[in-house]
Amino acid sequence: MADNGSGSLAAGGMITEAGSSKKYKTGEWRSERPEVDKEKCTNCLTCWIYCPDNSIIVENEKMVGFKYTHCKGCGICANQCPVKAITMKEEGVE
Amino acid sequence: MSEPMAVNGDMAIAMAWKQINPDVVAAYPITPQTIIVEAYSDFVADGLVDTEYVCAESEHSALSICVGSSAAGARVATATASAGLAFMWEMLYVSASMRTPIVMAVANRTLSGPINIHCDHSDAMGGRDSGWLQIFGENVQEAYDNTLMAFRIAENMKVRLPIMTCLDGFIITHALERFELLEDEKVKAFVGPYQPLRPLLDVKTPTTYGPIAMPEYYYEIKYQIVTAMMNAMDVARQVMAEFAELTGRKYDLVEGYRTEDAEYLMVAMGSTAGTVRFVVDQLRAQGKKVGAVKVRLFRPFPADDMAKFLKGKKAVAVLDRAMSPGTGAPLYMDVLESASRMKDAPTISNYVYGLGGRDIMPGQLSTVFEEIMAGKGERVNYLGVRL
Repeated sequence: MADNGSGSLAAGGMITEAGSSKKYKTGEWRSERPEVDKEKCTNCLTCWIYCPDNSIIVENEKMVGFKYTHCKGCGICANQCPVKAITMKEEGVE
Repeated sequence: MSEPMAVNGDMAIAMAWKQINPDVVAAYPITPQTIIVEAYSDFVADGLVDTEYVCAESEHSALSICVGSSAAGARVATATASAGLAFMWEMLYVSASMRTPIVMAVANRTLSGPINIHCDHSDAMGGRDSGWLQIFGENVQEAYDNTLMAFRIAENMKVRLPIMTCLDGFIITHALERFELLEDEKVKAFVGPYQPLRPLLDVKTPTTYGPIAMPEYYYEIKYQIVTAMMNAMDVARQVMAEFAELTGRKYDLVEGYRTEDAEYLMVAMGSTAGTVRFVVDQLRAQGKKVGAVKVRLFRPFPADDMAKFLKGKKAVAVLDRAMSPGTGAPLYMDVLESASRMKDAPTISNYVYGLGGRDIMPGQLSTVFEEIMAGKGERVNYLGVRL
């Protein structure tokens, strides 16, 4: 039986583990992905302030990329970036 | 066995609940169910039970409270009828999918409109596909007995589905009949203590009930109800066998009467089943080879049991106290389905009757038998309607 088959799921789909929402990869909902041009980026972190899904990765006070496991491609970061360093690209297209 | 007494069906159910003493009863009164929750609120006020009794502001809320209480780990009972059941419709599906084994008495009353308070099965039929188990009683004694068995069937760990204990509005709910109450200790031993499944109030095993399920999981979770329904068939059989040992009253999922050598059958559910047996006896006295079949468990529908009764018969009339305008009525459809893989299946006809509390008379049922014995009648017939 598949490990996600009807018989192996908890009754009524109940969740039996605390904090399991971390495992729920909502980034699959995305149809457009943000990409950053680090040549233009000034690390002002405006994107980090605006991101509604906490999906801007910051290391040592610098913006280093996106957490695609949870980014839903809303495009707010690209819209707010003051130097237009972020662009939205269609998912599934190279 | 205690002394026989005269009670109505609603009171018999209230007395069953009193013996079982559920943790929570949440309800909104509606005719012809009102006596149940009225009597039960008296038991609570008099300190005869320690149930948390919640007066809800609507049936939707009543069942929502039941779902929450059940998830929290409580044994729960409620009652409704007609428009009240219809108002619960959303929560019927939620409670079944959340696998909360709530026991709900349904005092079968027709749905508006035209507005009418009398008996038919259209209310319960609205919940037919919700994932609730449905058991129908023929008289006051069966309304009580079904209630005791319902807790056992619904709460079984292989089932864990809510159950409707259906009794015909007014005909059973309000009519006084001879009735035998089991002793309290026997009931308590038969029903047993409630075993919750991961109750919400157990903080050591955190559980989320009723989370969203997207397309990748919804279907599998609904299929769990199909599995539980199939399990319920054997569980019900086993519970009925135990009940027979305890009381001497033998019940089955589907029950036949003078069917062995019968060529023609009439299938019914609820109080009319008694009328059908009466008519069968009358026609048998005239040498007619007729028999009666009563469906006790409607969900899950015991198709294999039904098929055994249908096999080798010439014609069958299925009585439905509900209609599905534009097609056959629900019980008829299930009987047809039971015969769908049968070679030389009998001719099966549907007779809709008794809507909005219209009396069904023995003479009418004799006419139906005569009609099917003569090979007449439409697929779906509307018995007694003035055209």
